Amino acid sequence: MLTLLFVVSVIGFFTINAQLNMDERGIDFGFGFLNQESSFDVQFSLIEYDGSHSYAKAYLVGLLNTILVSVLGIIFCTIIGVIVGVARLSPNYLIRNTAAWYVEFFRNVPLLLQIFFWYYAALRALPLPENTEPLFGVTYLTVKGYYIPRLIWENFDILLYSILAAIISIVVIKNYAKKLQEEKGQQLPVFLISVGLLLLFPAITFVTGMVQLKVALPVLKQLSKTSFIYADGISVPPELLALVLALSLYTATFVAECVRAGIQGISKGQKEAAASVGLTPNQILKLVIMPQALRIIIPPTTNQYLNLTKNSSLAAAIAYPDLVLVFAGTALMQTGRAIEIVSITMLTYLTLSLAISLLMNWYNKKIAIKEK
Amino acid sequence: MLRTLKTLMYLLTSIALLVSFETGAMAAKKSKTLKKTQKMGFVRCGVSQGLPGFSNADASGNWTGVDVDLCRAVAAATLGDSGKVKFFPLSAKERFTALTSGEIDVLSRNTTWTLSRDADIGLTFVGVNFYDGQGFMVRKSSGITSTSQFKSGISACTNIGTTTELNMRDFFNSKGIKYEPVAFEKADEVVAAYDAGRCDTYTTDKSGLAAQRTKLSKPDDHIVLPETISKEPLGPVVRQGDSVWEDIVRWSLNVMIEAEEYGITSANADSMKSSENPAIKRLVGAEGELGAAFGLDNDWSLRIIKQVGNYGESYKRNIADTGILPDRGPNQLWTKGGILYVPPAR
Repeated sequence: MLTLLFVVSVIGFFTINAQLNMDERGIDFGFGFLNQESSFDVQFSLIEYDGSHSYAKAYLVGLLNTILVSVLGIIFCTIIGVIVGVARLSPNYLIRNTAAWYVEFFRNVPLLLQIFFWYYAALRALPLPENTEPLFGVTYLTVKGYYIPRLIWENFDILLYSILAAIISIVVIKNYAKKLQEEKGQQLPVFLISVGLLLLFPAITFVTGMVQLKVALPVLKQLSKTSFIYADGISVPPELLALVLALSLYTATFVAECVRAGIQGISKGQKEAAASVGLTPNQILKLVIMPQALRIIIPPTTNQYLNLTKNSSLAAAIAYPDLVLVFAGTALMQTGRAIEIVSITMLTYLTLSLAISLLMNWYNKKIAIKEK
Repeated sequence: MLRTLKTLMYLLTSIALLVSFETGAMAAKKSKTLKKTQKMGFVRCGVSQGLPGFSNADASGNWTGVDVDLCRAVAAATLGDSGKVKFFPLSAKERFTALTSGEIDVLSRNTTWTLSRDADIGLTFVGVNFYDGQGFMVRKSSGITSTSQFKSGISACTNIGTTTELNMRDFFNSKGIKYEPVAFEKADEVVAAYDAGRCDTYTTDKSGLAAQRTKLSKPDDHIVLPETISKEPLGPVVRQGDSVWEDIVRWSLNVMIEAEEYGITSANADSMKSSENPAIKRLVGAEGELGAAFGLDNDWSLRIIKQVGNYGESYKRNIADTGILPDRGPNQLWTKGGILYVPPAR
């Protein structure tokens, strides 16, 4: 009761104080500005947006860009992290030590410095569009961005349905395979069948002509005597590349340590016991080691995912239009609504972090030991 | 329960009392900011993070520039020493929050005076110390000599949190050109990105372009296009709500400009006391009681002229002699074909 009283009076004091100071300085408070025309453009947006839209839409643009960079970062840092984590336990001296060096180097250099390195030192060393040799035949990595072909789908929804159908049949087959093993001891190559189905179903839609795909290749376009860009394709801004690169390489070091801890946390006896009942090394990893290691790996890795999401706000330093740059930057400047905008931004990051943490907790619960 | 309610009531009442006492006391003072400044012994001045000619720090941390000189003038007027200024380098994004939150007392940071900034966010613009307009810088090798040669797909580097972002949109939209805005938080980052070829053009105030050009690896390879796409009156800003402080800053600027008009310089200010012209005598404190209205002594304007110099001296020292913009253009006195025209100090 006393604690509650204390909290209420502290919050009350801050509110009254802010209100009085704002009144004195002639600043009013309100969220009406969200409907006003923003009148500024954003370099890169996942939804259709220009300056004639509202500040609320600008907020959405920033939010989606933040989510994009976080999701990409989380995917890449997990892949790199798992590989490096396993590599650190490799019996091979070279692999083990390379992985160790990588971890020690990247986790001990400040993240902002790494972002600057990838943006100014690494990406700036790229050629101008007119001097660029194609990468994978049809893509161009230039100082102005990574230009990739644009895919133009016809009846894209049918393709989605076919993938959905493939996934449903995979689940059915998996259940059948489990039953078969329990009853008759036979094993089906479930993995191969799954991959086959995932390829087969969409392929049928192409062959029958239900779904069509056109590709618009990037074409060099001259803007002036010495200035070129690639038109028609999609341009991935170098700011996004640098940010994803820096975030995933940095966070991967921590994920790698989590993975290593998880695997080392399983006692040797487990592996030996599994081998003695005749499981193959692959089966040992998949059925015995990993399910137990994951319980150790997931909770600290969740922290790393949260860190990555919050660290993505460093984007402002290199002009990637994330939530902080677009909303807590330009929008704040144009409207001067510091308290409103900063509190919205804080609440947004809080919600994002809680969502990630909920998802990971659900997964953690799912793989936890089920006491029967 | 009753007891806790009582305690709560007591707490709230005491908070309310405390707050009302404080605000009541504030209203009784003349200029809160002036008193605070004199107590601290220095003027807290917000400047840019490095814009040659306007506010720029050298290797040993000495600030120079016309924006810096304004803060020095305020310090000379209020504290008697133009050196008593503490500079706060601010990004475009931070500047207004720093001022409204009370971290600084004068913002002299090449800031454009617009209606929404003046009316909306608790700021008051006190005057114009540089008439500017937005322009574009391109590489000479591109062959572009006019903005009419811009084509869709052009990428433009600039700062966030500036009027530049808005003008740029108006400009490209009216021409029907699709463009890619690349907006950085710090000016140095914009320069680095433009220099590396990330952008085809760099857009900001023309004075800014001229100044930033000197920071490029090969300044001579770049030109500023002749077109001006906006009006950018740059001037000092103060917080709303302290009209006496506002007047002090406004008239510190006006005195510098009027001193140039009457030919008073840092060198001849003392001898001007014996001038025949009453307008000159008022400016050097030999006649009238001009300072009393602000709560200052009568030598405040003399100190500004002696320690900082008049506007012309400041311009010459910071902008003309450094080769940034040798031609004063509109920033010339109204008597010499410019548009600098200030109300009389009397």
